[in-house]
Amino acid sequence: MSKLHVTTTVNGDELDFVCPPEETLLDALRGRLGLSGSKEGCGTGDCGACTVKMDGRLVCACLVLAPEAQGAEIETIEGMATGESLHPLQSSFIDNAALQCGICTPGILVAAKDLLERNPDPSETEIRYWLAGNLCRCTGYDKIIKAVQFAAAEMRGETA
Amino acid sequence: MNKMSREKQDFKVIGTRVKRPDGIDKVTGRAQYGADLVVPGMLTGAVLRSPHAHAKINAIDTSEAMALPGVKAIVTNADFAALDDEFLLDVADNCLAREKALYHGHAVAAVAAKDAQTAKAALKLIKVDYTPLPHVTDVDDAMESDAPVVQAGRKQENVKGDYSDNVTMYCEFGHGDLDAGFAKADHVIERSFKTAATHQGYIEPHACLASMTSDGKADLWCCTQGQYFVRTLCAGILGMEASQLRVTASEIGGGFGGKTTCFIEPVALALSRKAGRPVKLVMTRDEVFRATGPTVSSSSDVKIGMTKDGRITAAYAALRYQGGAFPCETVAMGAQSAFAAYDLDAVKTEGWNALTNRPKEAAYRAPGAPMAVYAVESVVDELTQHFGLDPLDVRLKNAADAGTLSSYGPTFEAIGLVATLEAAQKHPHYSAPLGENQGRGVSCGFWFNFGGNTCVSLNINDDGTVGITEGNPDIGGSRASISMMAAEELGIPYEQVRTIVADTSSLGYNDVTDGSRVTFAVGLATIEAARDAIKKMCSRVAKIWEIDPDAVIWENGQAKPSGPNAGDFEPMSLAEIAALSSETGGPIAGHYEVNADGAGVSFGVHLADVEVDPETGATKVLRYTAFQDAGKAVHPDYVEGQMQGGSAQGIGWALNEEYIYDDDGMLLNAGFLDYRVPVASDLPSIEPVILEIPNPGHPYGVRGVGETSIVPPLAALSNAVSRAAGVRLHELPMSPPKILKAITSKG
Repeated sequence: MSKLHVTTTVNGDELDFVCPPEETLLDALRGRLGLSGSKEGCGTGDCGACTVKMDGRLVCACLVLAPEAQGAEIETIEGMATGESLHPLQSSFIDNAALQCGICTPGILVAAKDLLERNPDPSETEIRYWLAGNLCRCTGYDKIIKAVQFAAAEMRGETA
Repeated sequence: MNKMSREKQDFKVIGTRVKRPDGIDKVTGRAQYGADLVVPGMLTGAVLRSPHAHAKINAIDTSEAMALPGVKAIVTNADFAALDDEFLLDVADNCLAREKALYHGHAVAAVAAKDAQTAKAALKLIKVDYTPLPHVTDVDDAMESDAPVVQAGRKQENVKGDYSDNVTMYCEFGHGDLDAGFAKADHVIERSFKTAATHQGYIEPHACLASMTSDGKADLWCCTQGQYFVRTLCAGILGMEASQLRVTASEIGGGFGGKTTCFIEPVALALSRKAGRPVKLVMTRDEVFRATGPTVSSSSDVKIGMTKDGRITAAYAALRYQGGAFPCETVAMGAQSAFAAYDLDAVKTEGWNALTNRPKEAAYRAPGAPMAVYAVESVVDELTQHFGLDPLDVRLKNAADAGTLSSYGPTFEAIGLVATLEAAQKHPHYSAPLGENQGRGVSCGFWFNFGGNTCVSLNINDDGTVGITEGNPDIGGSRASISMMAAEELGIPYEQVRTIVADTSSLGYNDVTDGSRVTFAVGLATIEAARDAIKKMCSRVAKIWEIDPDAVIWENGQAKPSGPNAGDFEPMSLAEIAALSSETGGPIAGHYEVNADGAGVSFGVHLADVEVDPETGATKVLRYTAFQDAGKAVHPDYVEGQMQGGSAQGIGWALNEEYIYDDDGMLLNAGFLDYRVPVASDLPSIEPVILEIPNPGHPYGVRGVGETSIVPPLAALSNAVSRAAGVRLHELPMSPPKILKAITSKG
């Protein structure tokens, strides 16, 4: 089967790759672009470990075909920190022990960042529903929710 | 040895909430998990699985698949070594079926090809000639004398009675005169219960990368809770010597017991051996559900007698577990845990294990205990309702304590159950008002905890920092807690210590990360390795000062003369000693090797408030508080994390999670859409309350905390639902249709 040449922008860098038409964006990111921070937990869009932002919208990269990334702007966990500076959510997850095994963390951080860009002061319930598509089996979510609240307060300029 | 050196420690590092060393890697996507490693020349593997619940394998024809361009190797069970050891043979036969496919999804053959597309295409070309056989998936059905036999000849000698050959083991525990005990009771309740099989549900599917060369040397990278045990299993199954197989544990994306054995690693090694190339093998989520984990499902009968003032006079439990198509002894842990929270004069538990056509059970957080304690705590609760007594008063009246002859044999040392129950009783949660259709449930939980084989090296670097090499995959922050214990003992800042998890060629054998053993046993070994290094540093200083080594002591991170008689010397810091090490005898390192005992049992008490919707039968958890004895919480954040995580898993087990089979023995819900683990919006904030009743078996009083927290939620939720809805269920999960049916039939 003939392969497709795809040009896309990931975390601000224009990149290209060649893939079979049925390949998922997740496999292209991980396998062809070396961006293995997005994880495959299910491959069916149920766990959210592969959450990335594509043209301003959160998607499960396992449910997007790689050729659909042609001309798109994609943000992954690898683009979240700026140089040596972590995003406030990243620091907050470490400071508030919001991760144990860490496999769900990239997807949750990408989803939480999108939430705070839309709503800088979400309630606990809003955070819980926003992150309902991201499974975590280690933490019981409590410290994740608190870490998002903590980062949100910091980003609003309130001293936590 | 290893006993607490001081009654009450004045800790500087222990008990603080430092940043974990793997934090930045994990929040930036840099941490490398099982599926993340890529090596040159790598092939992709894929596994063919049985479409039948039970079938004889007459022949496997791989010729057409092998002829597909890009296919480099195909393996079946015949590619494994001939094995005598029954345990190893079971693991091998579970990795690739031999003679019979024993469950829907049982691996039958595997392919390595140039890419995933080719490997998948090749699977379709492998022709397996099956003869389907009658199957059984329910534990009670499997025990019936006329049940289809999953594997013959596996029955242990002490199994009595008219059971099928599926019943592989029997056990019993207890003491005292049951008949006399029941005669003293004012009321006796006997109930039967069922719990569904649940999966550990780690988000990272099993993944490995194997590379074997023609001289028989091999490297294996995999997500596992125990690289040394993987080496033991794989070397045995492949017919290799352990020294030739180096296993490196990747970062692990959750395990909960489910990554304590092998599923794909021997297959990847066999493929690599045959193909002469590295092979990566990654499971899909569907494969994870069909062929790994899950825990046992259970059927049980519990009978308890109580006086009207709440004293338990006698207690009996019969537990029947199925652990899939291979023998397992998980029921023995259930039978020992069932009544562990109680101080009883007359108690007996019996357990039976049965084979079924389901995947081979793997350990799941306190394996065997949650379902036994669920049944017991449900009956205790019903008795408290019968007499109108307070559930925590009744548990306190019967609570095991130091000196209690436990229901499973040993006499307890210092344990934290009474303190934990009292803390629950005093907590504002317990007296908070409840509304309509709401109820509060209580349950105790228990886990043994484990120590085991442990080996740690502690290197003093020449700049005065410290490197620790340990052999247990870090599954919930253990590198932080191990560094903290070393810093505490050496008297240096936490930030100057770095702990790494070694591969199997870099350190002696370590038992699997299980039994809540790592913070206890690796921590103990780290403290002792630090003490070994301190001793060596003191003798180096003695050499510099030209005094007797016994005249040098270690205090606050410095070597000092033991007193005025030893001489007048300026104390030397660890950094100063390290800088001079090449002139005083070379590098300085501490070591410790131990088969640790004294792990110290752990008790927990959970309070759950729920609201049951009488229209739909749906249960909402409103408030949840978990109390647990941690001995000493090394890093309180991660102790709390264990308590919260285990609670959430238990809530899922109680309300939603179950393996669902159809009449043909097909698993119907092998995915996260239909096997529903709790999501963030399902749960309230889970409040953890840590109690610290020091474990006399650890230098700092540490107890393992990883497992106890999954034990109480099942009954806590069931007891809460029974009070909220006015109906008591005897089956898990308490899915909305079951609760609605119970409400409706109550009328």
